[in-house]
Amino acid sequence: MTPSDAELVSADVLVVGAGPAGIAAAATIAESGRRVVLVDQSPTVGGQIWRHRHGSTPPAAARRWIARLQRSGTEVRCETTVVDLYASAESGLFSAVVERGTSAAVIHAPCVVLATGARERFLPFRGWTLPGVIGVGGAQALLKSGMSFAGKRVVIAGSGPLLLPVAAALVEDGARVQLVAEQADGRAVARFALGLWRRPATLAQAARYRAGFLGAPYRVGQWVTAARGAERLEEVTITDGRRERVLPCDTLCSAYGLVPNIQLARLLGCRVANGAAVVDARQETSVARVYAVGEASGIGGVELALVEGQIGALCAIGRDGEARRLHSDRASLAAIAAAMEQTFAPREELRAIATPDTIVCRCEDVTMGAIRAEWTMRQAKLYTRAGMGPCQGRVCGTALEFLHGWHADTGRTPAEPALVSTILADRSGSARPATPQGSAAHD
Amino acid sequence: MSSPALVAIVVDGRELRVPAGTTVAAALLSAGIDTFRRSVTGEIRAPLCGMGVCYECRLTIDGVSHRRACLVLAVDGLSVSTTPAGAA
Repeated sequence: MTPSDAELVSADVLVVGAGPAGIAAAATIAESGRRVVLVDQSPTVGGQIWRHRHGSTPPAAARRWIARLQRSGTEVRCETTVVDLYASAESGLFSAVVERGTSAAVIHAPCVVLATGARERFLPFRGWTLPGVIGVGGAQALLKSGMSFAGKRVVIAGSGPLLLPVAAALVEDGARVQLVAEQADGRAVARFALGLWRRPATLAQAARYRAGFLGAPYRVGQWVTAARGAERLEEVTITDGRRERVLPCDTLCSAYGLVPNIQLARLLGCRVANGAAVVDARQETSVARVYAVGEASGIGGVELALVEGQIGALCAIGRDGEARRLHSDRASLAAIAAAMEQTFAPREELRAIATPDTIVCRCEDVTMGAIRAEWTMRQAKLYTRAGMGPCQGRVCGTALEFLHGWHADTGRTPAEPALVSTILADRSGSARPATPQGSAAHD
Repeated sequence: MSSPALVAIVVDGRELRVPAGTTVAAALLSAGIDTFRRSVTGEIRAPLCGMGVCYECRLTIDGVSHRRACLVLAVDGLSVSTTPAGAA
């Protein structure tokens, strides 16, 4: 394949990420008659939260928004990974180099909405690289992708409200959930729950989830310290800080909340603070005509994502007055998100669970003992290759931010591993319209 | 909910039937296959994140290496190899 094979696409607005925030933004903008291209690396729209098992019925809000997206005229491109994203000084346009399978395309647009969502925060412990150790959202994603957990003995140990629906869903699928361990302090969790009195629907939903796994204990102030097994997971060690106990299991779901995906925001040079893209009241980043909505601008959940997606979209098309009507919704949802973040912040003890021989960087197999706390992320990369593998530090970099208080490195291109043909497809506007098969494409 | 149609994929030469709409990662895990790749020091690895972030589920799919199995739907005739192309 030669660079000239890249498909060229023009849009008024490029939306990256087809979760709730991206769907709300794309639909709202496209309904105004503008040409919107929405890309997502998954095979279907909906993101993680609205992902649903094939043939099953998605939640009502998801059905409504996905139907609205389909009617809006948005050009949806699934299975499409953004490899590069930059602004061209000459044209004033943003260019996204994207890959789908083995083909490349370059999308040009004067405005970009980043709805890149979140990933889980994983914290390393001895044995966490064994098959059978997965994320909490990871378990939910795999379940919704068609994986069967029937008959599996499962321990869930991590943090955040997500533990509850995942436990309930796994039990429904036939898993034998042995324990749900929440690392957060019990009083903090109780305070957070009491603070939800103005949102009885949320509390009722939590109660329904809890009823979904009544056979398993839910314990606060407990966390995993080790996993063991010959070639795959066989048992885990759980502690409350005083006593340890060992639980045999086939699957361990472990993750500590969510962190925003801001690689593309960094590539564009958007200001970042506290791990999220900084936005103004209009959801615009520090780079003009680049908006960040949903988890990319701070973890807040599906309802906040929908509100932010609409605010960003309305402001992107000059309807700021309508956007302002959504400001109070955004403020109250953001307040809950802030309380949640405080409640479920990883405890200090979790900094000490990785032993010197624990692998931190799974891509390059770099151990905790090979990395010095006084380094920077850049030094760790140069000296040990930590964060240099295919995931580009999305797993270990996030862990090291917590473990050593480091700041993540700046974003660089390619944003994801890509075929050389994709990388050659474009840089600085060098892409040309596709030439017919067999024509002289080489110099 | 009606039960979805089955599709057949080929994993290391062995046929695997899974419901349509299943990702390759979910198909392998449901079948008890949890050796997706070997790490740089030879450890067995399987999916961690399930959502395209960690790259632990990399497989050779239809001859293209390093594909994230959690982002690829199983379709009839899809060929999957858990041994990386070019590996010794």
